[in-house]
Amino acid sequence: MAEALSFDTGTDTDTGTDTRSAPRPAGRHGADPVIDLHGAGKTYRTGTLEYEALRGIDLQIHEGEYVAIMGPSGSGKSTLMNIIGCLDTLTAGEYHLSGDDVSELDEVELAQIRNRRIGFVFQQFNLLASLPAWRNVELPLMYGRVPMHERKQRAIEALERVGLGDRLANRPGELSGGQQQRVAVARALVGEPSLILADEPTGNLDSTSTTDVLGLFDELHAQGRTLVLITHELEVAQRARRIVWVRDGRIHTDEVNGR
Amino acid sequence: MSWTETLRTGLSAVRAHGLRSTLTVLGILIGIAAVILTVGLGLGTQKDVSAQISALGSNLLIVTPGSSTDTSGMRGGFGSSATLTRADAAALTSEVTAPDVAAVAAEKTSSLSVETSSTNWTTSVVGTSAAWTDVRGRELASGAFFTADDDAAGAAVVVLGSQTATELFGTTDAVGQVVTIEDLTFTVVGVLTEEGADAASDLDDLAVIPLSTMADQVVGGTDRNSVSTIYLQAESTDQLSAANQEAETLLLNLHSISSVDDADFSINSQDSLVSTATAVYRTLTVLLTGIAGLSLLVGGIGVMNIMLVSVTERTREIGLRKALGAPPWAIRRQFLVEATVLGLAGGVLGAGLGIVAARVLPDLLDTSIVVSGVAVAGSIAIAMAIGLVFGVYPATRAARLAPIDALRSE
Repeated sequence: MAEALSFDTGTDTDTGTDTRSAPRPAGRHGADPVIDLHGAGKTYRTGTLEYEALRGIDLQIHEGEYVAIMGPSGSGKSTLMNIIGCLDTLTAGEYHLSGDDVSELDEVELAQIRNRRIGFVFQQFNLLASLPAWRNVELPLMYGRVPMHERKQRAIEALERVGLGDRLANRPGELSGGQQQRVAVARALVGEPSLILADEPTGNLDSTSTTDVLGLFDELHAQGRTLVLITHELEVAQRARRIVWVRDGRIHTDEVNGR
Repeated sequence: MSWTETLRTGLSAVRAHGLRSTLTVLGILIGIAAVILTVGLGLGTQKDVSAQISALGSNLLIVTPGSSTDTSGMRGGFGSSATLTRADAAALTSEVTAPDVAAVAAEKTSSLSVETSSTNWTTSVVGTSAAWTDVRGRELASGAFFTADDDAAGAAVVVLGSQTATELFGTTDAVGQVVTIEDLTFTVVGVLTEEGADAASDLDDLAVIPLSTMADQVVGGTDRNSVSTIYLQAESTDQLSAANQEAETLLLNLHSISSVDDADFSINSQDSLVSTATAVYRTLTVLLTGIAGLSLLVGGIGVMNIMLVSVTERTREIGLRKALGAPPWAIRRQFLVEATVLGLAGGVLGAGLGIVAARVLPDLLDTSIVVSGVAVAGSIAIAMAIGLVFGVYPATRAARLAPIDALRSE
């Protein structure tokens, strides 16, 4: 497949062009990729109607990469994001997340994988309005059965890392859009996941907050985090080091972003 | 997510929708209060009736005229016919034919006006024998009860109940005073002690005179020899059934009746009276509690309704929690706990309302309400169970939501 070919170059060139990225552990290419999709297909069935949202996707994303997935609506990028985020399962092909096959896990196992491996950032922030910032941030730890005293400590550290150390007790309603998205990023970070998955993270933000949040992503990338960003805004995608275009359920292009 | 945290989350969700939660809790609350009150009212009435029956005396058999009760229920005319006579009562005192009967007191009762020179008072005038105080377990506050000689002679003497004495003379210190009953002048020879608040009110409002005086001089006419009730006292509880047997055989002979089924009188022990009354009130209580329980069912449906609304409203929250790694059972538990908290709150508040009402209502309604710990604990448990049971469906729906659909919902 053409996509598969363009892919390998993509991963390789990433290291070459990305001068700003933090030093990675030696022998990275020997380690399992964080995301490894092989012939990934997803077909939705409604009665007799079938709709192929993904038609054989091959994609590898390695530790420390900053990748933007782009595509018009209906391209299958949301489905791809659901698959990568373990929110949905494949109907064809294989998906390995940090070396573990997650294609055939049940609902409870998927919940566990999401909890430990993936930090989500959503367009709508999805913070619980009734909880103060730090309680929102500790939610993943709560489902990960981390002891209570440790949770609060880690939640506070995560909020400090995104620059909200002075807003711990504020409820989402008392924070600006940019600050709310920072809380959401802190929540994504707190469980030390192998992957941070952001779905249109700037879609609801004004330009100042957008710059703010994208700056935060740059910092996370600089710290060696693996970031995958789903967006339809080229301006946003330009911040990533690698841009994957999805069209009609296939990978259209996969190229290094020269900036 | 530990239980305490699930509980905390549930409580804060309940608090977040104050008005809605309050209305839901109100449904359960009313049901629980109704159940506690109906059970309490039933138990209270049973207690009152038992107290009244035991206030009659101890080791008693009560012989009443009229048809006996049979298995098919009560036959009409119970106690209304005049089949018991003074002769029956006299025969029952025999040591030979009724050795286990220790004492006999026949009563001939009539509601009559008792007059003094300045006032009058209508009370039940009881004609009986000298054994009455022993049989009925009564004592005198002042003076003395009339004697068997007084009875034989048809003396015009009267012993007043404490309330009657107070009504007539303004004091219980009435010995030596004179009253008029049916144009006959009686001397007050004694006043009875008060039976207390627990007993039926007419135990303190009566005038007791010798049976012969009552029959021959007050009532007279063709009805003079009939008596309304004969109280028999056995030596001890052990001899009650023997006394019952003897009295029955004797009375059947005297009345020339061959079959027990045709008896024109009935003999009841206090126990049988208590158990009959208790059975009747228990049936009533069960019926009323069932009706009150229906309102609990309605309350439970209210809980289910509110929980379904809550699940729909919080679809995004459920999606988010799932995305962050909440397994289905954690979501289910969260909503179950929430529903249980609603039920439990209704139960506790309903029990509180029931207990308060049980304190206040007896004064207004003149009945006793007995709040039993079992009923309170039971209804709180039932309220909790209702929340739990009616929460299962909404909670399962929440747990089954697919995280993507839930996240995408608006």
